[in-house]
Amino acid sequence: MRRRTTALAGSLLLLTVTGCGAADMTKQASPYANAGGAKTVTLSVQSWVGAQADVAVAEYLLKHELGYRVDRVQIDEVPAWDALSQGRVDAILEDWGHPEQEQRYVKDKKTITPGGDLGVTGHIGWFVPTYFAKKHPDVTDWKNLNKYASQFRTAESGGQGQLMDGSPSYVTNDKALVQNLGLDYKVVFAGSEAAQITQIEQFAKENKPFLTYWYKPQWLFEKVPMTEVKLPAYKEGCDADPEKVKCAYPHTPLQKYLNADFAENGGKAATFLKNFKWSEDDQNEVALDIADKKMSPQDAAEKWVKNHRSTWQAWLP
Amino acid sequence: MATATASGPIRLTGIGALLRHRVAAKLLLLAVAAAVLVPIANAQWASGAWPDALTVDLTSPLGRASDWIIDNRDSHWLFTHFLGHVSNAIVISVRAVYLVLLAGGWAGVVAGAALVAWRVAGVRLAALTAVSFGVCGLLGMWVPTMQTLALMVVAVLASVVLGMLMGLAAGLSDRVFRILRPVLDTMQVLPAFSYLLPVALIFGVGVPAAVLATVVYAAPPMARLTALGLRGADSGVLEAVTSLGTTARQRLFSARLPLARKELLLGLNQTIMMALSMAVIASMIGGAGLGDRVYQALGTVDVGAALAAGIPIVLLAVVLDRVTGAAGEGLGAQAEEDTSPLRGRRGWSLAAAVTLAVALAARFAGRLEWPTSWTVDIVEPVNTAKDWMVDHLYTGVPVVGGTADWAAHFTTWVLDPVRDGLQDLPWWSVLLVVAALAWTIGTWQTALTAVLAMAGIGVLGVWDKSLDTLAQVLAAVAVTVVLGFAIGIATARSTRLERLLRPVLDVFQTMPQFVYLIPVVALFGIGRAPAVAAAVIYALPAVIRITTQGLRQVDGAAMEASRSLGATSWQQLRQVQLPLARPALLLALNQAVVLVLAVVVIGALVGGGALGYDVVFGIAQGDLATGMVGGVAIVCLGLMLDRVTQPTTRRDHGAGPTKGA
Repeated sequence: MRRRTTALAGSLLLLTVTGCGAADMTKQASPYANAGGAKTVTLSVQSWVGAQADVAVAEYLLKHELGYRVDRVQIDEVPAWDALSQGRVDAILEDWGHPEQEQRYVKDKKTITPGGDLGVTGHIGWFVPTYFAKKHPDVTDWKNLNKYASQFRTAESGGQGQLMDGSPSYVTNDKALVQNLGLDYKVVFAGSEAAQITQIEQFAKENKPFLTYWYKPQWLFEKVPMTEVKLPAYKEGCDADPEKVKCAYPHTPLQKYLNADFAENGGKAATFLKNFKWSEDDQNEVALDIADKKMSPQDAAEKWVKNHRSTWQAWLP
Repeated sequence: MATATASGPIRLTGIGALLRHRVAAKLLLLAVAAAVLVPIANAQWASGAWPDALTVDLTSPLGRASDWIIDNRDSHWLFTHFLGHVSNAIVISVRAVYLVLLAGGWAGVVAGAALVAWRVAGVRLAALTAVSFGVCGLLGMWVPTMQTLALMVVAVLASVVLGMLMGLAAGLSDRVFRILRPVLDTMQVLPAFSYLLPVALIFGVGVPAAVLATVVYAAPPMARLTALGLRGADSGVLEAVTSLGTTARQRLFSARLPLARKELLLGLNQTIMMALSMAVIASMIGGAGLGDRVYQALGTVDVGAALAAGIPIVLLAVVLDRVTGAAGEGLGAQAEEDTSPLRGRRGWSLAAAVTLAVALAARFAGRLEWPTSWTVDIVEPVNTAKDWMVDHLYTGVPVVGGTADWAAHFTTWVLDPVRDGLQDLPWWSVLLVVAALAWTIGTWQTALTAVLAMAGIGVLGVWDKSLDTLAQVLAAVAVTVVLGFAIGIATARSTRLERLLRPVLDVFQTMPQFVYLIPVVALFGIGRAPAVAAAVIYALPAVIRITTQGLRQVDGAAMEASRSLGATSWQQLRQVQLPLARPALLLALNQAVVLVLAVVVIGALVGGGALGYDVVFGIAQGDLATGMVGGVAIVCLGLMLDRVTQPTTRRDHGAGPTKGA
């Protein structure tokens, strides 16, 4: 009780000190940051494992090579942009392309600065398990999907074939695609990536056919080999109107973004994060250890760091 | 004896007839109203789903509001001079508490918590507290536990202050009470989920938003119970105090507040429990701490890690619940009899001194952080167990079939027909059914609220989605009630079974709803069936508990009498216990509906779809228009379901003191 009263008294005192004048809540760090006088960097972790691998390795190096404390905050993609702009997060290490947010925060408000390429190219697409594609090679063309609709049926999709989508936070045009390409499919949202992965693993265990929205690079390919279904080719601007999309998803070089203040005054940590750049294989190695071998992100990062000294040495300021 | 048996049925039929008569009158009136209104509505807008002409599209105004907030957050006076300070104050307070906890070191915190528990609740709970905190450390969750605790301390303090103020106003003024009461009642039945988006938008993702969402969720019970406590004060005592010539303020502090002590502590207890459950859900908007660990673990389908973070939450819940509960009971009984040398201030200063000494000792020994070698890894074994379950129970189990097959059958044979049936009903008939149900067990006001709430859903343009959610709720409630009543009856008859079940129920009731989601996905796949399953597991303990208590409280004399008449135990149950426990069973039904709805919407994370998905989508994409509409529709649905299942007796009971005061 005593400590609580002290804390309350302390906070009241601070409140009265800061109480006059304007308070800009867009410049606020996490209350847990810098506890115990350590220099802290706050990184946003997205829910997919690739992003966790980025953060785990960055965290390990920041901690052990540069002496920072790292806080991880898990937020969905769009709110993460907002948090980055407000300085509650210092950096996003893997962004899959949010033109609207880029316009608002990078170009108009200038509260976020681009941090360069991550070195990994992301691609979203529709996938069927390779065991099914081998038996029915023509399924990999979207024009033949209707022929197979009955095989992709589930209780959730009713009379139509099921196209499984993941987390609502992911970039997707699937509903429009199904509609515009005239496919006899129903988009069923797993609701989270965790749920989607569990479901894919279940299907694979029984060698059942399924059609799913998925993306590369992703560690699950190592466990459940999947083949992409060809959609009408992507052309610049063909996805401009989300209602009328009739083409595949682009290949996106994934980007890093830093809070503008942090980029300028973040010292070594900011320089390090700008330099951070690795390959798909590197990312997959760590991601697979985390998600499939159930290693903790810290252990997986440590393992990678031990084996790839030359890669990360170049990132250090 | 013969007369006694004869008079029973007569009296019963008398009440029954009267009841039926009143209900019949209401239904007749409703039928007349329907006969007039339905043809008009039909001619105007046709039947089927909710007519487009009656919907309002809020997409563009909500989108504009969201843009305005983002663009003006760093410049407009509302933000810089008001909300900014609120937000700052929260950050500073949470930080202050967190730093104090860290400065105390793990030894100081354990000692401090145990000694507080010892002072307010005795030695046994002190031991429980110390062990619980120790387990949090053992699981490697010390820092997240402290973060959650810091957030909780601030949120609970704010909720209690806010709740007390509202409660005082409502307790002292009839008018305020009349305005506040329905608002507070309603806030208690709303799913935590629907509070997240608006605060996240205004305050941005982070701790301030999480604390505020928690306060909004946790303050109502405090306000409600404070008001009820003040109003329930013995009028004789109050008159006596008044006759002594006291001022209103003296009366408040010397008589009314002390008399309401029990309610105040019950309110504190409820506030703490609700704050904890919200603190976990708030990880979706950046709440950090234990909830965040659960959320992150679920992102990688890591049930073991989710459990490692879930156990400390459960332990915190159990400790806080028991300690505040014991404090409430202790206050009444112990005060005068305590003659130990450590009573009152002396005990407290001893506790403080010991805490300080331990904290300082830890500091000088350089042992502030929980030693890493003292952790136990439960992640591996739990995941192995889960994998085994998935491998062996999922499908193709001989005779009974696998869990995935059940889920598919449940979806095709129960969920789909119910959903399609509801969606095919003409919209006005849904309103009529709602009105009939609510009016039968309630008053015309509750019926009106229910109908308006349902109509609100239609106006928002999410009629079909809401009926989808409603179908899931109905199916889940049916399963919950059947299972809950059956288990409740069994436990009411066997003390041993009850003793066996109690700790299980305690744990299940305090587990964060999130944790249920992944094992149900593993067992049932994705879709609506796992969402329903999670909802059933979550709501079951409350239903079992209320049913058991209701049956146990049945008058012993009535049981004795029926037994002496040679009734078999089945007859006894059916003809004496169940009818007499009717109010408890109705309450159990009401609770089932409220709890099921709360989880069914979170079930969107595992493919439940419908309204919950809109909210998840809104939070994930920062899309206020979709999220808000979904959230409001959930609120309307919750309101409607509560009114339709809430018997009037609960309202009458609450209204009693109003008339007396």
